[in-house]
Amino acid sequence: MERFDYLIIGNSVGAVGCIETLRSFDKSNSIAVIGEEPHHVYSRALLPYYLDHEVPVEKMLYRPVDFYERLGVTPVLGRRAVDLDTAGHVVKLDDGRTISYGKLLLATGGRPIVPPIPGLDTEKENICNFVALQDLQRISRLLPSARRVVVLGGGIIGLMAAEALHKKGLEVGVVELAPRVLAPVVDEFTSRLIEEAFRRSGVAIYTGTTFKEVQGGERATGVVLTDGTSLPCDLLVVAVGVVPRVDLAREAGLAVNRGILVNRQMETSAAGVYACGDCAEVYDFLTGNRRVLPLWPNAYAGGRVAAYNMLGMKREYDRATSMNAMHFFDLNIITAGLNTAGEKDGFEVISRFDAGSRSYRRFVLKDDRIHGFTLVTGIARAGIFLHLMRRGCAVTSFKEKLLEGEFGYLTIPEGLRRELLIDEGVMNEHAAANQ
Amino acid sequence: MPRVVVKPEVCIGCHLCEVWCVVAHSRSKNILKAFLHETPRPVPRVVVEENLPFTLPVHCRHCSEPSCVEACISGALYRDPLTGRVEHDAGRCVGCYSCVMACPYGAVVIDEVNRKVARCDLCKEMGEPACVKQCPNRALVYQDSFTS
Repeated sequence: MERFDYLIIGNSVGAVGCIETLRSFDKSNSIAVIGEEPHHVYSRALLPYYLDHEVPVEKMLYRPVDFYERLGVTPVLGRRAVDLDTAGHVVKLDDGRTISYGKLLLATGGRPIVPPIPGLDTEKENICNFVALQDLQRISRLLPSARRVVVLGGGIIGLMAAEALHKKGLEVGVVELAPRVLAPVVDEFTSRLIEEAFRRSGVAIYTGTTFKEVQGGERATGVVLTDGTSLPCDLLVVAVGVVPRVDLAREAGLAVNRGILVNRQMETSAAGVYACGDCAEVYDFLTGNRRVLPLWPNAYAGGRVAAYNMLGMKREYDRATSMNAMHFFDLNIITAGLNTAGEKDGFEVISRFDAGSRSYRRFVLKDDRIHGFTLVTGIARAGIFLHLMRRGCAVTSFKEKLLEGEFGYLTIPEGLRRELLIDEGVMNEHAAANQ
Repeated sequence: MPRVVVKPEVCIGCHLCEVWCVVAHSRSKNILKAFLHETPRPVPRVVVEENLPFTLPVHCRHCSEPSCVEACISGALYRDPLTGRVEHDAGRCVGCYSCVMACPYGAVVIDEVNRKVARCDLCKEMGEPACVKQCPNRALVYQDSFTS
């Protein structure tokens, strides 16, 4: 039986965060990564860009082609892990092979949701998910003969797909069950700005409704909405999100809620077995509770923290929360934290909208700290706000300034500024003391 | 990791670091040609904050665990674990601005014309960074460590 010191199941961003951290400290112990798809590590987050700009497939790769070789990683691709024995430290693959490990990371990601609606079946010729390279390849093959497309789901992926398909000249309709697009991701005002951008561009948005049924046989010919509206289509994209892939962990007896439960060191209920990314449920530093945070930066950072602990260097993941950078037509949007929370949830909210530039800012505050924020249009240097939020800095004394376009370190009171910049080496100590 | 450290008490807010950064990242490397004839003109990768009388230039810190690399969805921003260098391959950047969301210093700059980002590369092909070399009041210092 083959044996690796570090074994990773899943071959996306969480795996890369783990591998790059392991190899920063440990150049000699063996690492293997198991990937269900036969491809070199690629970026799922680039799928909508591929549809839009004709990005060549090589650009879908998330790391250079010599990545595994340079970092001394054995790729086991096109194989699925079907069984995990945490007592024996053994993983079984779908071809019957068994691999034993020293430490294990589960980075199995998410599975696309297909709601139970009559006629909705991604086995059909022109009904596609939009989470994997093969989905993109299917859509690309269908595009030349497609004129009308219906997208189920008004979340980030659904809307990005809708925009890209619209720009390719297709007639696009988006159907969202919630009363507004991006309902769990942005506040209502931002939703309205986004809906307006889509409608102005000629994309139809149907909110507060879903499919009653999909019409047609082997090939979908249209959908009927619950309100009776009938939308003919030659392509149907299902983008209502993903659920954590937890089967392997659950069958192995690991503690699983919605996602695989991990402690602050990213370790599951089984010693030596870690989890990160879309399959895991991690601590949100703002709420102190565990939740699934299926977001790119959290997968990488979670993989990194897992790697430290796999190396025996104790580290806690204390930076996880919701965060999104998005763009739809001419709107650039960045949100982070509990950005949709409001006064009814016990927070103070300050906001400003400039109708001329359509720039919008909204901050959610509590206990003198930023708990969430939304920036629309004026997004430059947004990370400073995320930094203030992560460090738990007191902001009440300058909270009105948060809404100003030119916010920067010089807007922050001197004492706090010194603390933030000297520690990090932007200024030297002598200089800051004189300022 | 070498990086640029600021002495804000002697920064006079002349913005010449921004000017010379543009020149250093231009095709011609010539100040007149870069500003008069090159379109699109490169964006400066240093941000000089102003809240007069105070001014503060902010550069990429070349962090050992860069938040921008964590957030980058395309692999354009990449820290090589074997060399420790943080690289930015602008050819791979798709302009998602996730790194703008992530950078704690606001040091990843948006290049709107090209819908990409730019960040300080320490003028790695030129030895000393141009902003440091040209700062008329020596407010910028190029050093290996930030401890004085």
